[in-house]
Amino acid sequence: MKDVFTGKLVRLSAVDPEEMSKAFTRWNRDSEYTRLLMMSAQPLSSAKAIQKWMEKEFEEVPPTDFFFTIRTLDENKLLGGLGLNVISWAAREAFIGIFIGEREYWGRGYGTDAMSVILRYAFTELNLWRVSLGVFEYNPRAIRSYEKVGFQHEGRMRKYLNHEGKRWDILYMGILREEWLQLQNGDKT
Amino acid sequence: MRDLFRGKLVRITAEEPEARAKSEVRWQRDTEFHRLADSDAAQITSEKKIKEWFEKQAEQGFKPERYPFSVRTLDEDKYIGFFGLWVDLIHSVAWVGIGIGERDFWGKGYGTDMMKLCLQYAFTELCMERVSLGLHEYNPRALRSYEKCGFRLEGRTRKDIMREGRRTDTLWMGILREEWLQMQHGDPI
Amino acid sequence: MFDIQTQLFEGQDIRFGPIDHEKDPEIESKWTHDSEFMRLMEVNPARPMSAAMVKKQYEKLEKQVEENKNLYYFTIRAKADDRLIGKAMVQWIEWTNGNGFLQLGIGAAEDRRKGYGSQVLRMLLRFAFAELNLFRVSAIVPEYNEGAIALLKKFGFVQEVCRRQSLERDGRRWDLLVFGLLNDEWRNQA
Repeated sequence: MKDVFTGKLVRLSAVDPEEMSKAFTRWNRDSEYTRLLMMSAQPLSSAKAIQKWMEKEFEEVPPTDFFFTIRTLDENKLLGGLGLNVISWAAREAFIGIFIGEREYWGRGYGTDAMSVILRYAFTELNLWRVSLGVFEYNPRAIRSYEKVGFQHEGRMRKYLNHEGKRWDILYMGILREEWLQLQNGDKT
Repeated sequence: MRDLFRGKLVRITAEEPEARAKSEVRWQRDTEFHRLADSDAAQITSEKKIKEWFEKQAEQGFKPERYPFSVRTLDEDKYIGFFGLWVDLIHSVAWVGIGIGERDFWGKGYGTDMMKLCLQYAFTELCMERVSLGLHEYNPRALRSYEKCGFRLEGRTRKDIMREGRRTDTLWMGILREEWLQMQHGDPI
Repeated sequence: MFDIQTQLFEGQDIRFGPIDHEKDPEIESKWTHDSEFMRLMEVNPARPMSAAMVKKQYEKLEKQVEENKNLYYFTIRAKADDRLIGKAMVQWIEWTNGNGFLQLGIGAAEDRRKGYGSQVLRMLLRFAFAELNLFRVSAIVPEYNEGAIALLKKFGFVQEVCRRQSLERDGRRWDLLVFGLLNDEWRNQA
């Protein structure tokens, strides 16, 4: 069977709180990055504080959450991470959040590859029925990436975000297992 | 939608810790009930301790892997027993534990009605793919009841349990989602 | 118009009230034994709660109101005898962007279809927009909850998102709908 954690450009691996907290302090200082990812401004926390928080979070992960880091296959470089949150096991639906903290890796297919890997995990290992996500309207690069892996547009929450004196929509997208399977069968790679 | 909590003879309830403890302490001392229902050695626990245990459960709240229910009769609203579902979230499989503590209600169809409610819950609210259970080979009444509900005998663990100087088998049964759905469309038992 | 006199928490037949930790748990416990009510209110598997569990839930709620400052929780009570008939809340409040999610439920089947829902939503919207100063409010509703959908549309909510097949119940899949209403839109209504 295909290695469920490996893609073409990246692989998913475990979160190491010490390494990740250091990376977070760098990435969080890039306000363009945080605004693409988060709904509201985050404080600039120290690596120590973030590490402490992470260690507590990962001490006992509930059966609804799955976290991974994203590393490049060639240099094993830590690029970012992703998280799957199963909002309903009965409905088999999860929300996904992905972030690439290293700017130089934006727009080069790494995020798309990571998303392909996690979708395979979601549908063939967690046996989910659908995966959902929210993306900000001012993040066209991410929207294109999600469309590429098969997410369908499902609507938008109007004027949800408030940045720089303007209001922005959040787009919602979803992919069903049957849609994902069809894409796999079509693509013979 | 059909009533999830009501069958023909019984309904599902959530009993108060005091009420549960009061009944449990009696049922626990009924050797025949205990030996039909459980594999662990019979013991005697105080009503106080049992009540504390149920109060602790109430405090912890609901968990997505566990669904315990109490059962009352429809006509006289008598608290007669329980059933519980243990869910394997990834594989959508539920294990059932079921029991009628009040002997007067044995062999009168109450157990079968309870199991039907249980299966309806498992398949239409928890969206399970299969439901499993284990029982003692010396419990033919239960075996007949489960067969009536659609369970099929799938295997046995030989000479699993030792009681009164004899070794007995544990039987394993299961019902699949499609089998249960077919039963709904076919002859309503 | 600057109206600080009209009561925020008094409706025509119902009012918003605090939790009564002595009397309410038993009443709410009864509602939870009605699978129809639970399936309208909850996306998670419906299950009944004992009064003891409801009591614990109330404690957790008040703790959250106090500590997280992202929830306003009201009991809905009949004006005539202060009887508990439902619950209403503004939750998941996100202050920087001015957003909140509304939820309301009338517990007993006999109390539904009496117009209480409209009274509650009217008061809840006024509280969210004219007191919390939120920019927009949202509501998430399964497609089979026709009563809620009709009520939301009556108050000008717009269906914004359709999460296809997000729910499975009673042997089939259902969509989960997200509705939204902006402060401006609410203000411009007659």
